[in-house]
Amino acid sequence: MAGKYVHQSILRLEDPELITARVQFLDDIKLPDMLHAAFKRSDYAHARIKSIDVSEARKLPGVIGVYTAEDFGDYVKPGPLQVPPPTAIKGATYVARTTMPIAKDKVRYAGEPVAIVIAESRYIAEDACDLIYVDYEPLEAVVDLEKALQPGSPLVHEDLPSNEAGHVRQERGSWEQAVKEADLVIKRKFFINRNAGAALENRGIIVQWDKHAKQMTIWCGTQSVIALRNQTAARLGLFESQVRVITPNMGGGFGPKINTSLPDDALITYLAMKLERPIKWVEDRRENFLATTSERDQVHYCEIAVKRDGTIVGLKDFFYHNSGAYNPYMMTVPLNSQSHTVTNYRVPNFLTEFYMVFTNQMIVTPVRGAGRQYGVFVMERMLDAAARELGMSPVEIRRKNLLPANAYPYYTNIIGQDFVEGVLDSGDYPSAFEKTLELIEYDRFVNEVQPKLRAQGKKVGIGVACFSEGTGVGPYEGARVTVGGNGKVVASTGYTSQGQAHYTTFAQIVADQLGVDVKDVKIITGDTGYFGWGAGTFASRGITVAGTATYMAAQKVRQKALKLASKILEAPEEELELADGVVRVADIPSKFIALGDLANLANPMRGTMEPGTEPGLEAVAYYGPPYGATGAGCMAIILEVDPETMQVSMEKMAMVHDCGTPVNPMVVDGQIHGGIQMGIGDAFYEELIYDENGQLLTASFMDYLFPQATDMPKKLVLGHMETPSPLNPLGIKGVGEAGAIPVPSAFAQAVENALQDTGVEFDRDTLSPSRIFTYVQMAKGA
Amino acid sequence: MKPAPFEYYAPTSVEEALATLQNLGYDGKVLAGGQSLIPAMNFRMARPAALVDLNKIKELFYIKPTDDGGLAIGTMTRDSVVEKDPLVAERFPIVPYVVKHIAHPQIRNRGTFGGAIAHADPAAQIPALSVALQARFLVRKQGGERWVNAEEFFMGPFMTVLEPEEMLAEVALPPMAKGSGASYQQVSRQKGGYAQAAVISVVVVDENKRCKDARVVLFSVGETPILSQAARKILMGNLPTPEAIAEVAEKISKEEVDPGTDIHGTAEYRRHLVKVLVRRGLTEAFERAK
Repeated sequence: MAGKYVHQSILRLEDPELITARVQFLDDIKLPDMLHAAFKRSDYAHARIKSIDVSEARKLPGVIGVYTAEDFGDYVKPGPLQVPPPTAIKGATYVARTTMPIAKDKVRYAGEPVAIVIAESRYIAEDACDLIYVDYEPLEAVVDLEKALQPGSPLVHEDLPSNEAGHVRQERGSWEQAVKEADLVIKRKFFINRNAGAALENRGIIVQWDKHAKQMTIWCGTQSVIALRNQTAARLGLFESQVRVITPNMGGGFGPKINTSLPDDALITYLAMKLERPIKWVEDRRENFLATTSERDQVHYCEIAVKRDGTIVGLKDFFYHNSGAYNPYMMTVPLNSQSHTVTNYRVPNFLTEFYMVFTNQMIVTPVRGAGRQYGVFVMERMLDAAARELGMSPVEIRRKNLLPANAYPYYTNIIGQDFVEGVLDSGDYPSAFEKTLELIEYDRFVNEVQPKLRAQGKKVGIGVACFSEGTGVGPYEGARVTVGGNGKVVASTGYTSQGQAHYTTFAQIVADQLGVDVKDVKIITGDTGYFGWGAGTFASRGITVAGTATYMAAQKVRQKALKLASKILEAPEEELELADGVVRVADIPSKFIALGDLANLANPMRGTMEPGTEPGLEAVAYYGPPYGATGAGCMAIILEVDPETMQVSMEKMAMVHDCGTPVNPMVVDGQIHGGIQMGIGDAFYEELIYDENGQLLTASFMDYLFPQATDMPKKLVLGHMETPSPLNPLGIKGVGEAGAIPVPSAFAQAVENALQDTGVEFDRDTLSPSRIFTYVQMAKGA
Repeated sequence: MKPAPFEYYAPTSVEEALATLQNLGYDGKVLAGGQSLIPAMNFRMARPAALVDLNKIKELFYIKPTDDGGLAIGTMTRDSVVEKDPLVAERFPIVPYVVKHIAHPQIRNRGTFGGAIAHADPAAQIPALSVALQARFLVRKQGGERWVNAEEFFMGPFMTVLEPEEMLAEVALPPMAKGSGASYQQVSRQKGGYAQAAVISVVVVDENKRCKDARVVLFSVGETPILSQAARKILMGNLPTPEAIAEVAEKISKEEVDPGTDIHGTAEYRRHLVKVLVRRGLTEAFERAK
């Protein structure tokens, strides 16, 4: 649905201020009398706390207080679940062991806080941490996913019979039947590593308690102001209205900032109230690596049942999912893996089962992609394995099995993270696939370019992978749109922004509805003082859910404006139009009233108002989809591998994506670029590595490799498709995570293709050159 | 990630700096560009009692030609200045090429030529470069000075012959011999990242193209920069044939380096890289030698 602004690539309205640094980030905020916090964190992954001696630390000049679990009394209890349990899934079992605000009696991951210091400066607070002496009794750490479930394994939570945190089995059709029908059943095992959601700006929180007004203000880099407000109020016994949460400008989120009951959230709010002084805590990079949250590792045992001609009869995937030490985010990540495994293909029989496992590692919650890419990785790898066994090309086997363009809506029979059966609302997967092959010039590469380069001794390869992205899930978001007396418009939502261009895209939606200049629309996100309802920024749902709510609120305001203007201009509503900041009679442009004047007339100060009329040109609307809108696409990569050093050079990447109607195509491109970069990290660089004692070996950017601008492919071509979603009036599907999803799959296939003569086959992601070297040595039988 | 408390001195002359270092003894630590020391302090892995900051000493920032055709580089000369200096490029083309591989422009704008040498990170480029180019270091202390050859300077990871009261003041590079050629080969996970294996090769050939000298220095694969003995032994006086070069590469990778397994690569892979990089480096250096 194109408009003057919607569907146009206008420049981001927030950029001039961001680029010239006329904005405020959390650490820029300095309040009078502000104190600073630092955490003393556990050196052990698993240990009993015998005693903690804080006496020296308390004596350090400038220290206001040092607190351990003991000092907080009953306040120290497991935090609330951040998402509901999966009761909608038949037979699903789970145990909830949610985040402790501070370790009591026992530490369960290296980096878990055992004490918090409040001091006049962060320097002093950290000095005091050095003076805290903790006597630990080390326990054997639980680090191996599969061993963790074996009898006799040490237990992360000793009140439980095992380290099993949950179990889900879902089946459509019958795997048993598939095996009977198949000519061939191929088995593989895959390992998927653990990645950080390392935003440029880490977590941070400032809390101010006004003891006179009995009002708490929290500035926080959070992805969910509403949840943070509600959970804080509940913890402290306050009304929600006594807590206001404001997000300053944020340097990225990527998932971990969705958590609103981590130790910093729980303890700093409490202490600011107790000490009656503002407290600031800004997470440093080491803390972020050790003790914020990150994503999973998984081990998959997968089988694909196929006919000789490559037709898929069925797929069975059994996997273990690492939850880390606590599971406040329940099953979102493994459910995403499960519900994104076979999406793009016709798989009549599909059995998927997982166990969630507690380990002595950092808590696992979603990071961009949020488990989707691992379902996709497993499926794409299995297709490659099947193609290899059947002597088909990766293209041929995919083309044969893609879900056809007339299949939508397609009921998947698999329940996902929003606890309803997945429905593929719209799409055209075969066209995305063929368009990608055209963009990468697949046939020309395979038939002409590759043979020529191979003859010169060059190891060049190509890979192609399909993906889907369930986006825009419920429950709901809301928005309030208000026309001011100045004729400008404010739209506020409970959603938060971490750089996604909401200040532009939401404004585009509003401007089109109200006929104002897009620069005259001010978007307020992430401030509970302006809008107090909503769920949060996750699952690529901003523009789809909050954007739609904004659209609906703007439409209501439009109706109000037309109704009032019709009376004032003495013309029927159908003859009026909103444009250039006025409501006018379409055929008589001189007959108009400015929107601002109309807003003032809608808010009379004296006199009477017609019964049933709401004042002002203002409206609130909420939108909650019955199920999420599914975006999809395809990616291809051409790369070259140095056959001696195994260094990989990405020559060209092509991606075709379908997110329905893009509100701002340029912003969509940006989301895809960023996602791709994260996917490249996943495929090639990023890896949180724990040793056998549960110690994180990659706690800085020196060891944890993050893709840089120079690590992007030499050439990147994007293609867009638009199959509008029937779920919302603008036809939108989300796009925030798309780029991150297909890269590891396409990358693995392309490297295998480049090294085809070695017969190498990869069963994992993060294919560093050393790892490729080892795989090649193994393939050679060395 | 805030450093532990420390005292801070910012002398404005070398004399003042040396007097301060003399007074502080083991408590003192020289701060040059700070690109390694400050992060280490922020992690509280380094906890010097006092820092002696050389950034205000103007007399330590220079690149001067020497009469013999070499160069004298003041210890505080920023990496980015060395990288872009036309005289350096003219007399030692290998130097800017190697320096470009150090981290990122922002870091090279602060990092110093002498600081990298005194810090002696076994994965750093400049210490190895100084060994390859037969640099000499002017080491000063209050009331005295001495010259140390690069080959004798590095004792182990982050360890040098410098005494607590001493300071590296100048790096002297003797001129490149006639008929010399150089090459730099490195493999790192990312542009600007630490090398998993790297080799600087400086060779000299006579008018018959026979090898007169071969300084092959490996780093990131041992505790200090490693000057290969095998390269000289095999190549000196001989034609640098592909077979001879392959033999050197084989011998170095098997006998002269000691890479460990770390999170980014196995020892086996890194040993293999050494073989590949030595072969590529020597081949390129001999091609360039004239």
